[in-house]
Amino acid sequence: MRSRVFFVIALAIAVVIFAAARAIDNDYIFFAGYTVLQFVVLATAWNILGGYTGYVNFGSSAFFALGAYSSVFFHKFYPLPIPILIAIAAVISGIVGLGMGYLTLRLRGAFFAIATLALAIVLQTMIVNWDYVGGSRGAYIVRPPSVEFLGNYVHYLFLVMLLLTVIALTVARAIEHSALGYGFAAIRDDELAAEAAGVPTLRLKLAATTISGAFMGMAGAPLPYYIGFLQPSSAFGLEYSVNSIAMPMIGGTSTWVGPLIGAILLGSLQQIATVTISSAVNLLLVGLLLVAFVIIAPNGIVGLAIRLVRGKP
Amino acid sequence: MSFDLLANALAAGLLLGGFYAAVTVGISISFGILDIVNIAHPAFIILGSYIAYLLNSQFGLDPIIAGIVALPAFYALGAAVYQVYYLSFETRGREALAGLAFFFGVLFVTEVLLILAFGVDYRYVEASYIDQSIKIGVVGLPQRLLVPCVMSLLMFVALQLFLVRTFTGRAIMAVAQDQLALRLMAASPTRIKRIAFAISIATASLAGAFLIIIQPVEPSVGREYIGRVFAICVLGGLGSLPGTLLGAMLLGIAESLTATFYGPSWAPAVAFGILLLTLAFRPAGLLGR
Repeated sequence: MRSRVFFVIALAIAVVIFAAARAIDNDYIFFAGYTVLQFVVLATAWNILGGYTGYVNFGSSAFFALGAYSSVFFHKFYPLPIPILIAIAAVISGIVGLGMGYLTLRLRGAFFAIATLALAIVLQTMIVNWDYVGGSRGAYIVRPPSVEFLGNYVHYLFLVMLLLTVIALTVARAIEHSALGYGFAAIRDDELAAEAAGVPTLRLKLAATTISGAFMGMAGAPLPYYIGFLQPSSAFGLEYSVNSIAMPMIGGTSTWVGPLIGAILLGSLQQIATVTISSAVNLLLVGLLLVAFVIIAPNGIVGLAIRLVRGKP
Repeated sequence: MSFDLLANALAAGLLLGGFYAAVTVGISISFGILDIVNIAHPAFIILGSYIAYLLNSQFGLDPIIAGIVALPAFYALGAAVYQVYYLSFETRGREALAGLAFFFGVLFVTEVLLILAFGVDYRYVEASYIDQSIKIGVVGLPQRLLVPCVMSLLMFVALQLFLVRTFTGRAIMAVAQDQLALRLMAASPTRIKRIAFAISIATASLAGAFLIIIQPVEPSVGREYIGRVFAICVLGGLGSLPGTLLGAMLLGIAESLTATFYGPSWAPAVAFGILLLTLAFRPAGLLGR
């Protein structure tokens, strides 16, 4: 299937989802749906680097928060429409991803993982010390009560995130079936052999960190408008990093379907657990599921399904 | 910049560095020697802090004694974690991606369990020496830094002697270099690695006790140490214990100077800066193998 066809089909599904959500007309659906979709984008973005090339990014929250804070910064500067803020966030997070990759990717994979973890802490330190975007006290964003055509602002945010999801999934799928994707897979399977066979590994890895970082930033850009009050500790929350690793790992890392399944399952489960049990227990659930899946089902739900269809491996 | 301030900042940095050495020595063994990227190590250190807190508040035990009492339990925990890691990842040859995700999950689960058990309030221990201070000239040496530093250095020297002098210690150093040769010496690489990893986790028991003497602890404090321990480990050179000590001292001084002259809220960024500079210019570290 060509990417264009896939995009149209995904868009059609998105329209149906939005129409269905409007028909149910319950604001909670939009609130919860936004969070789940945001995790779909984050998980897909993580998977472009982690799943396709095998480089683990522990700092998803850093890129995510970077997107959110670039929105805060430009909102204070001049209140731009959200799609433009998302584009700005993509550029900023993409550049940080590129720089990050350039400094660490020439070394062993583990260094990249550690550096990303440290990046989250340093960016948080910088934001905490930066008064213009609220510092440690946080920043208020007053969102307009309503928007043209749609009315409710949360409906608008939901729609924006839905479109972003469609774009992210289309890009991830297109990468899989392109020369870029085959290069990524070669790096994941055996970087040395890939290098020897003439695959430009460093350049490909930099492309992966840039794309992955850009999408994470895009997922975070509408966040200030969604929660209304942005604090460093919430934007840099470890749960974003854990979720964006756990979701692809649980769904399956080798295709675009894995993060989608993982994010929908885990995202919905967390929404239910947060409401019914408590938010600490739901985080424990994510951690335990991650550890269990990594040990027992390394290829995730997609891997399990493939094994089921084909019989025993 | 006054001389008094500088001298005090340097002294505090050196004391802090000694403590950092104890925090990092576990990673130095697991990551530097065994190539196991145990990013959950800081979480085990926080676990050690809470055990010291429990023993201190319930039985009035000195935190350092509490750390020593908990050593065997941490050793066993380390052996168990290694066994899971070995069976799930090393035998299947996919330790890179899945192993990292595994330890990240362990880090997160430990943190959440501590939050569920103790809440997010800061906890601290009580001991006679915590409020004391020794004064040498203009330089004040607070004992809450001095005691952990001295104990850290003792632990450090003991570990270095163990690694260099004993058969098991030398086998641990050898396991990183040539596993086949080790087998020919009639030592099982898996067993040696299990012992080494268990020792690395055992150090977290003492490091945790030191940590809670130095500062009050809450479950997420461990995250600040992830950047620090790996920065020290990489700066000193992977697999070199003397390098780790040197790296720890340098970072301690750098952080102390930053905190004194620019404000403590900037200190966490120092470790990362050092880490990135080292990776960019001298990836082998100062005393790398």
